[in-house]
Amino acid sequence: MIALAVSSLCKSFGGLRVTVDVNLNIAPGERRLIIGPNGAGKTTLFNLITGEIAPDSGSVALFGRDITRMPSRKRTHLGMARTYQIITLFAQDTIAHNVTLALLGLSPLRWNPLTPLDRQHHLAAQGRQALERVGLAHIAARPLAQTSYGERRRVEIAMALAQNPKVLLLDEPFAGLSIDERQDVRKLLNAIPRDVTIVMIEHDMDTALDLADRITLLHFGEVIVEGTRAEVVADPRTREVYLGE
Amino acid sequence: MSSLAAGPTKTALSGAAVGRGVAIIVAVLALVAVPYVIGQLYYVNIASQVLLYAVFALGINVLVGYAGLVSLGHAGLFGIAAYIDAYLLSAGYGHTVAILAALVGALAATAVFAALSLRATGISFIMITLALGEIIWGLAYRWISITGGDNGISVSTRPAPFGIALDSPQAFYEATLVIFLMSIATVAIFVRSPFGAALCGTRDQPRRMNALGYHVWMIRFGACLFSGLLTAVAGILFVYYNEFISPQALALTASAEGLLMVISGGAGTLLGPVIGAALVVIVKNVVSAYITRWNFMLGAIFVAIVVFMPEGLVPGLVRLTRSAWSATGRRRTAPVPAGTQR
Amino acid sequence: MTFWLLLTVNSVTFGGLLFLLSAGFSLIFGLMRIPNLTHGSMFMVGAYLGTTLLSGALGFTLNFWVAAVIAALEVAILGALMERLLLRRLAGQQLAQVLVTLGVSFMVADLCLMGWGGDPISVATPPHLNGFIRFAGAAFPLYRMAVILIAVVFAIALWLMLERTRLGAMIRAGVDDPQMARVVGIRVSQLFTIVFALGAGLAGFAGVIGGPILSVYPGLDQDMLPLALVVVILGGTGSLLGSFVGSIVIGFLYNFGQALLPELAYFILFLPMVLVLVLRPQGLFGGQIL
Repeated sequence: MIALAVSSLCKSFGGLRVTVDVNLNIAPGERRLIIGPNGAGKTTLFNLITGEIAPDSGSVALFGRDITRMPSRKRTHLGMARTYQIITLFAQDTIAHNVTLALLGLSPLRWNPLTPLDRQHHLAAQGRQALERVGLAHIAARPLAQTSYGERRRVEIAMALAQNPKVLLLDEPFAGLSIDERQDVRKLLNAIPRDVTIVMIEHDMDTALDLADRITLLHFGEVIVEGTRAEVVADPRTREVYLGE
Repeated sequence: MSSLAAGPTKTALSGAAVGRGVAIIVAVLALVAVPYVIGQLYYVNIASQVLLYAVFALGINVLVGYAGLVSLGHAGLFGIAAYIDAYLLSAGYGHTVAILAALVGALAATAVFAALSLRATGISFIMITLALGEIIWGLAYRWISITGGDNGISVSTRPAPFGIALDSPQAFYEATLVIFLMSIATVAIFVRSPFGAALCGTRDQPRRMNALGYHVWMIRFGACLFSGLLTAVAGILFVYYNEFISPQALALTASAEGLLMVISGGAGTLLGPVIGAALVVIVKNVVSAYITRWNFMLGAIFVAIVVFMPEGLVPGLVRLTRSAWSATGRRRTAPVPAGTQR
Repeated sequence: MTFWLLLTVNSVTFGGLLFLLSAGFSLIFGLMRIPNLTHGSMFMVGAYLGTTLLSGALGFTLNFWVAAVIAALEVAILGALMERLLLRRLAGQQLAQVLVTLGVSFMVADLCLMGWGGDPISVATPPHLNGFIRFAGAAFPLYRMAVILIAVVFAIALWLMLERTRLGAMIRAGVDDPQMARVVGIRVSQLFTIVFALGAGLAGFAGVIGGPILSVYPGLDQDMLPLALVVVILGGTGSLLGSFVGSIVIGFLYNFGQALLPELAYFILFLPMVLVLVLRPQGLFGGQIL
């Protein structure tokens, strides 16, 4: 069973074709890297996969189930989680609360207007676990506004992992991070078990190369090259796309 | 509010919780004692007004402060409840029927308002709620056969819950106080609940909330219903307070005053709307005694607050006391003008 | 038959007035992304200023049209001042700007009350337009035909301005994509002042020429603002054509509604707006409010 299948996906904005007949077949547990120069349509592709924008044609399937017409939140419930290029977390709240919100999103508890949230100890425990995975449990009570960019990136990943996703979509997780912070995040990503399929967008090939099993190269919305790490690196078209800029 | 902090677990009897509990009891007792401490009936009436408008402001704050949706049409919902109650009473029905019908009717109207207004967020939400409020005002004004138009509808009696007559200002005040306390308790529970946290989440990062699995529209719709309920309660209190309802209570100025109560006190806080209501009611009553230009003052205060003190009084004062005590704490308030788009 | 004809003419006239009012509102909304809640006030202030200018109280009598233009200019200046002193301080904070316009509208309403009193002031039709045109056995007030003509002239002029002038191009760019406009070098904040003043001036002008039809009274602002709102929601923001069509539609609904179902007039008026919101939130002619 294919974890994430994208078939003939197309999207245009006005006259601009941003996604042109994209096909992806990502196996369960695979680490897929999507690369391409700026403007290649990588984030748009993610938005189409998660349902934030609707495609003009084509389909998206999650573990065999057609989710093309499904609203984003339902896809999350089916096991899709994602991070964003620009970190949009809840800056006025603590790290712990941010994670709690992620946990709550999949819980029927989120409709409860009566019981106090801070008495939900099982949520608290799960949140603590999620933060331990990313090494931030010691500052759980810190307001997000007082954390570093690298810490926020890790909070975001903690939130995504807290939802026990089957498919994790990471949009440029290394963007804006210092060398040390990149190491932290790389260790984190490496530690994610293989029951989570990871699809990652990265602009900078070097950073993410060793995390990837297979690589898809996008340019102007089209898949140009796809294959294993070695294949893509060796392919002359890859150099063209990057050097042609 | 989550108890994930590494360190000693907080017990229910921690110092802060006890302190807060004592303060609440003292405040409630003080409020109960008001009509006996203040001799003049005029001021007892003003106190009743403050309380009923506090409920109104609490209702508006559910949307403005916690949902991040600014409405300029709440006087319409307020008025629908008031008019239904008054109309049924004048048609010969009893108080129970009238009040229940008013609540149900206002909730139904809220559902319709919400379904229409939630087609948009941000500025457009304001515009649509403004337009809807104007429709209701226009109906109240023109549909003379039902609403009496400018003449309004008079209400001759007040309800007598458990046989206690509410005709005297003191009795009415105490009854209003009970309802106010119930309302603020409800809001406090709501805010601390998972749904409340979700609502605040949709205010701050609606796109993220959607991606996290929340049904943003439905959450907002639920908040609208809660807001409408509180507003309806305030409308019913209003019609019994004045023993009269007229289109004036539904005008845009009434919605603006309600909004002013929320933003002057501090949106997104529990006590902000209450303090704001007290401020607006007292200033309005005091000023009206000397100047007949309340509208000008309302407008000027609005402009002044938005330009100079956008977060309102309560967060401002909280900030000052916090810095005075040199304690760090997590704010759970939302500054009004910024960040409520989209 | 005559009744219907007259009602139709009145509807078109009112639609013309509404167009002058809402064109400015629509442009301001499209460009600055805020519903200008002082727009009704600008209409009213213009009307009141017009009555003063026409009353001869200043020691000289003015031609009706001259007075209208002067009043419009005065209101335009007021608009420009408000934009520069208040709105610009809150640049980027649309919600705050809307609340400020709300506050200012209340202040203006009371100032007008203080300045001109609480009694309605009727405005005489300009003497040379006092007559009637006879057509199809009915007599149509000449003044109302003139208002229709003026509205059409302004519509064309505005359209030409938007399509053919540099200013118009900048406005259109700003409406389409303000960030892009800034990047391309358009002085957006200056543009805001100009458009705000233009909108205010148009509203003020409409107030004066509406005087003989509506008269001037406290609460005129509260009567006109929701109409501008509905026109723009119906016709889409930033769209001149939308304002034009929306104004005519509302003009008809308002007049026919008043005549046939006075009690539900407001409801009839807002019903299409509700329908548009449900079916096509961006208005009949696009625009990006929602």
